[in-house]
Amino acid sequence: MAFDRRSLLKGMAGASAAAVASASPVKAARERKTVPEDARGMLYDTTLCIGCKACVRACKEANNLPADTSTPGMENFDAPTDLNEYTKNIIKLYREGDRRSYVKRQCMQCVDPACVGACMIGAFRKEKYGVITWDKDRCIGCRYCQMACPFNIPKFEWSSINPDIVKCEYCRQREGDKQWEPACCEVCPREAVIAGTYEELLTEARRRLETYPDRYEPKIYGEKDLGGTQVLYLSHVPFEKLGFEFDSEEPVPELQQTIQHGVYQGFIAPAALYAMLGVVMWRNRKKSGLPEEGGEA
Amino acid sequence: MSSQAQPLGGPALGKVSKWILWLGIVGVVLILWRFGVGLGRSTGLNDGYPWGLWIAFDVVTGTALGCGGFAMALLVYIFNKGKYHPLVRPAILTSALGYSLAGLAIAIDVGKPWFIWRIPLGGFPDMGKYNWNSALLEVALCVMAYVIVLWIELSPAFFEKWKDSPKEGLANFSKKAYGIVNKLLIWIIALGVLLPTMHQSSLGSLMLLSGPRLHGLWNTPLLPLLFLMSCIVMGYAVVVMEAALSSRFFGRPSHKTMLADIGKVAAYISWAYLVIRFVELALRGRLGLMFQFNVYSLMFWIEIVCFAVPAVMLMSAQKRQDLGHLFRAAMLLIVAGTLYRFDTYLVAFMPGENFSYFPTVPEMFVTIGIVAIEILLYVALVTVFPILAGRPTTAEAH
Repeated sequence: MAFDRRSLLKGMAGASAAAVASASPVKAARERKTVPEDARGMLYDTTLCIGCKACVRACKEANNLPADTSTPGMENFDAPTDLNEYTKNIIKLYREGDRRSYVKRQCMQCVDPACVGACMIGAFRKEKYGVITWDKDRCIGCRYCQMACPFNIPKFEWSSINPDIVKCEYCRQREGDKQWEPACCEVCPREAVIAGTYEELLTEARRRLETYPDRYEPKIYGEKDLGGTQVLYLSHVPFEKLGFEFDSEEPVPELQQTIQHGVYQGFIAPAALYAMLGVVMWRNRKKSGLPEEGGEA
Repeated sequence: MSSQAQPLGGPALGKVSKWILWLGIVGVVLILWRFGVGLGRSTGLNDGYPWGLWIAFDVVTGTALGCGGFAMALLVYIFNKGKYHPLVRPAILTSALGYSLAGLAIAIDVGKPWFIWRIPLGGFPDMGKYNWNSALLEVALCVMAYVIVLWIELSPAFFEKWKDSPKEGLANFSKKAYGIVNKLLIWIIALGVLLPTMHQSSLGSLMLLSGPRLHGLWNTPLLPLLFLMSCIVMGYAVVVMEAALSSRFFGRPSHKTMLADIGKVAAYISWAYLVIRFVELALRGRLGLMFQFNVYSLMFWIEIVCFAVPAVMLMSAQKRQDLGHLFRAAMLLIVAGTLYRFDTYLVAFMPGENFSYFPTVPEMFVTIGIVAIEILLYVALVTVFPILAGRPTTAEAH
């Protein structure tokens, strides 16, 4: 018999113990990230938005985005139904019985962004003012950012043979302007979406919640959700109705990075494993007089 | 010392059906077409399901099926079971082909394959900016390195053939290279164990980043461990399948007793996998999700049954001696591991109700074409180079 049960079990137990030990989250969890000091953001208020979509048009203009004529029956109109390769900002309508609300969707500028954690050579970076930027020259088009983003924000140019990622970058091309505001905030006639520093916006959101407690759901979405976002939302309907379905304060990359960092810390474990493998094989070869050559019969 | 592996001989593609050749050609044509029209028109992929068949099957499953070399190296070299040697070379060949073609699949799937070389450089011209937080970066670098390692592991088969070449230059080079590879082999094989351990587990960790949108039956911190264990099971299953097929089609020795042992190892790891999976779900209080009678619980049970049935089949020492029985169990294990990967990457991934994905016909034919190319290359290489064991080995004889 080739394997006696004991040696097999012993080997397996050892191997799986090592594997479990390396795969289970280490106790020293990764530190929570905080909002950058210079962070800028947006505050969107569903009670003020009238769904005029001026922001959608302004965004297209400011970012040189083509019209989306792909919606069936709307071929003569720029009528995106969702964020897509032509659309970085959109107003959607939620309706259920008498209850209705508009909701604006664009990049949330997460405090601890999954896309930045995902991106292999850093096409996604959290830059100045905490704005998450995308760098054309560092993107391979692997779309892991899309798999990672819990808000489904980065979009891929499916129709292109040299496809880029399309995503709101807080109109960073306007950064030098005197009053730097994303186009959507600048154009909104009702100030349903406003730009500012994160601190200003959070203070304003709290003020509104305190002043009109019966107007809003008792929560500022983005203050803590998924580790916090620099875009904040106030709403008169439950947030999950607007597509904010994750009721967790844990940043998306936390678990994965805790595990990966645990296993790969200082590259010690892989290096040790490698050395061990080499030594074991070297000893085995000497002991059993295995043929020198690898694939030998 | 001369190797007992021998080429099958005859014309390189003399032994393949024309059908496989045609499927390969169709695949190549469709790949070219995909670059002409872009991913949107050629595939069913969309912003909700940015990864589809090519990633879930060709890359994630394909590399797991390419773990024969890894699994055999564990057995032969680490656990010092030298007598399994005749199974090693064919296993390494399947791994080398599986990983190389997974690399091809990645190049077809990404939007800008002409920039792939920037990954190992960490970007260009702004070099060295690796995001070490990215599990995908680790997978990419490991897989690139491992493809090279696998071909080096296989290279003695080429040198053995070439050292008798009438071309003097090639013969001399082969003799020299043969010696060098031989000296370094231990450290190369150690890499051949280390790299798959790293990236196969990272293929599990990858999906942790989709955690909030991954169904609870699959979303667990143990994803890396479960991916690692199941890829080893799949590796052994592929070795069994391949040995059974080569004995059937090429009349080579089947190494039945060895396959029976390997089947046993696969069964033990499968049991361990199943126990870990259920215990983890129980500890997290998610057992209820198994009984919701929706598509998720259904897929879960199919997966579990496909692991458990062969694990039971392989427990009987007597039945393990039957090559047909072994082959069927191995096929089930391959299905099980494949389903686990499809479920984790596609079925359990929930981007929202307004998105759906099903591969297009061209997408499927690209995948079929890649498998066809793999078979063609396998047959061509075992025909020309000494890879399959030529006659019963001493281990087989008694």
